[in-house]
Amino acid sequence: MIASPALPAVASPGGANLLDTFAPARLRRTLRLALKSLWLHRLRSLLTVLGIVFGVCSVIAMLAIGEGASYEAQEQIKNLGSQNVILRSVKPPDEQKVSDRANQSFVLQYGLTYTDIKRIRSTIPGVTIVVPSRIMHDYVWNISRRVDCDITGTVPWYPEMRNHHVAIGRFFNEADMASSASVCVLGAEMVDTLFPLDSPLGRDVRIGGGYYRVIGVMEPRSKVPKTDESQAGIQTAAHQMFIPLDTAKTRYGEVLTKQRSGSFEAERVQLHEVTVKVATREQVVAVADAIKAVLSHHHKKKDYDVVVPLELLKRAERTKQIFNIVLGSIAAISLLVGGIGIMNIMLATVTERTREIGIRRALGAKRRDIVTQFLVEAVLLSGAGGLCGVALGIAIPMLVTTFAGMKTIITLWSPLIAFSISALVGVLFGLYPAMRAAEMDPVEALRHE
Amino acid sequence: MPASIVELREVRKTYQMGLVIVHALRGISFEILAGDYVSIMGPSGCGKSTLLNLLGCLDRPSSGHYLLGSEDVSQLEDDALSAVRGSRLGFIFQSYNLIQQLTVIENIEVPLYYQGWPEAESRDKARELATRVGLADRLEHKPYELSGGQQQRVAIARALVNDPLILLADEPTGNLDSAAGFEILKIFAELNAQGKTLIMVTHDPNVARHSSRSIRLRDGEVESDLKHGK
Repeated sequence: MIASPALPAVASPGGANLLDTFAPARLRRTLRLALKSLWLHRLRSLLTVLGIVFGVCSVIAMLAIGEGASYEAQEQIKNLGSQNVILRSVKPPDEQKVSDRANQSFVLQYGLTYTDIKRIRSTIPGVTIVVPSRIMHDYVWNISRRVDCDITGTVPWYPEMRNHHVAIGRFFNEADMASSASVCVLGAEMVDTLFPLDSPLGRDVRIGGGYYRVIGVMEPRSKVPKTDESQAGIQTAAHQMFIPLDTAKTRYGEVLTKQRSGSFEAERVQLHEVTVKVATREQVVAVADAIKAVLSHHHKKKDYDVVVPLELLKRAERTKQIFNIVLGSIAAISLLVGGIGIMNIMLATVTERTREIGIRRALGAKRRDIVTQFLVEAVLLSGAGGLCGVALGIAIPMLVTTFAGMKTIITLWSPLIAFSISALVGVLFGLYPAMRAAEMDPVEALRHE
Repeated sequence: MPASIVELREVRKTYQMGLVIVHALRGISFEILAGDYVSIMGPSGCGKSTLLNLLGCLDRPSSGHYLLGSEDVSQLEDDALSAVRGSRLGFIFQSYNLIQQLTVIENIEVPLYYQGWPEAESRDKARELATRVGLADRLEHKPYELSGGQQQRVAIARALVNDPLILLADEPTGNLDSAAGFEILKIFAELNAQGKTLIMVTHDPNVARHSSRSIRLRDGEVESDLKHGK
């Protein structure tokens, strides 16, 4: 007589089991199983992951490089002052030809004049401060050390206007200006060359035949790629030195001569650059238009140029927006392609492992166990791809900064978003193959060869 | 009198194959008692596989009732059927059906995994069963590193791991040479002697002779139902 075995209770098919599926111990085993299956097809998994890796990495890297570039450009434009309008003297192109052919005594006269400043100041409302400056190109000497330099003759309030401040010492003041004192403020970049050993303050530098006492050194300015300079109209010389405008006037006069391939070229320019500060930001564009109108009325030739930093800033921001949209589309497309790759592989895997699915179903696996198994594999693939992508995406901008000297900025959110999107891609594109696996009839699946 | 463990009442199964309706089972009724060792025989196409799928809760009958233990499982939902398979049935297939990427011990553990057993306990249980079928020294091998007979012994261990009510074997010796097949049948006899209920589908009368009862099918009906004297 054999006793009837006690019946084990059938596990309730209710919701409690769903929690079991994601219990930590269970999840760990599911993960290990998924890793094992992926490891079985190492090359295939690797190739599938590459799509996501490149997608994520390109998004982060391009964003970082773009962000860095636009930050530099914007910073440069901000340095010009968003409330400023900058006027520059430009050598008119047709007269340049004349001077080439003309005899040596011909003196080319062009550019902004003191009269222009007076007109602007008296006729246009909203103009608060005007900074005129003359720029001479010459060598600056300290005994036997020499630097090729742009010498800017300007007014004491220049640093405040151009957002370029004195680091040590002081800028020249009204008194220096009134007495046409022979003082100068050096640019930070030239100090190391001229005075490598000690502080330049109180020392003298020589320009041509005249000596100037160094009273201050400016803050360094970030270097800008050439293209940005011409776009923003920023001075191209690496070195810059400042002397009082009146000193420049008395020392240099108004005629500048340049020696060029054996012939002399002389030009008469009263002011090379005028910075106009507008009372409020809202008035900048209107004032700039008014200035253009005034200047065009009194200059027959277009021998001047008007730069509005605010407009440049707006343009740069718009460019950045477009750049971000383009990047976003590229990112979306590459992640989509990566997702399709994952789906493709998962579908192949499901077909290939039909028999395994049948065996598991026969041994008590529920549909959602099968869904979980394949979904976890897909998410692991895309997640691993996302992680590698983030690592590469952070490494590449660093390499670019190290080797190409470009500024790059990795914002915190870009790796986060790129990674979460890649994980989401895994879920979305893994769901369909996983559902197909679960919907299989166990009898059919077991019969599959 | 041992309790009845399987009871089929007028079980029918029809398939729609294209335009033709195939009657795979045309009203089958029998009872299997606890501790029985039943072989199901018959020519191919007689409905053996269909019957085994129904007994194994892999499929549902079109009509009729299937009582497993005392519960009617003939019209259960998919999840409930999975639970029944996982907790009350053990499967042994002709082609072993081990999962290739898992080791011997992991294969044995699979049913316990779906029953939600904690890892340590399931490992102990699996080790115990591997020892019972004589594979204690092969725990970390992959299925393809084993002979057919060894693989089938892994499958037996896997089928036993959840202490099932009945063991279902589909041509368990079909892919094995006679010596290995005999080994398997010997294990079956031992299990039966320990009180396990076995149902084995085979077409080989020599294999069927080892069972205590033979149900012979023909065209979806029970042709004969004989008890063997031992």
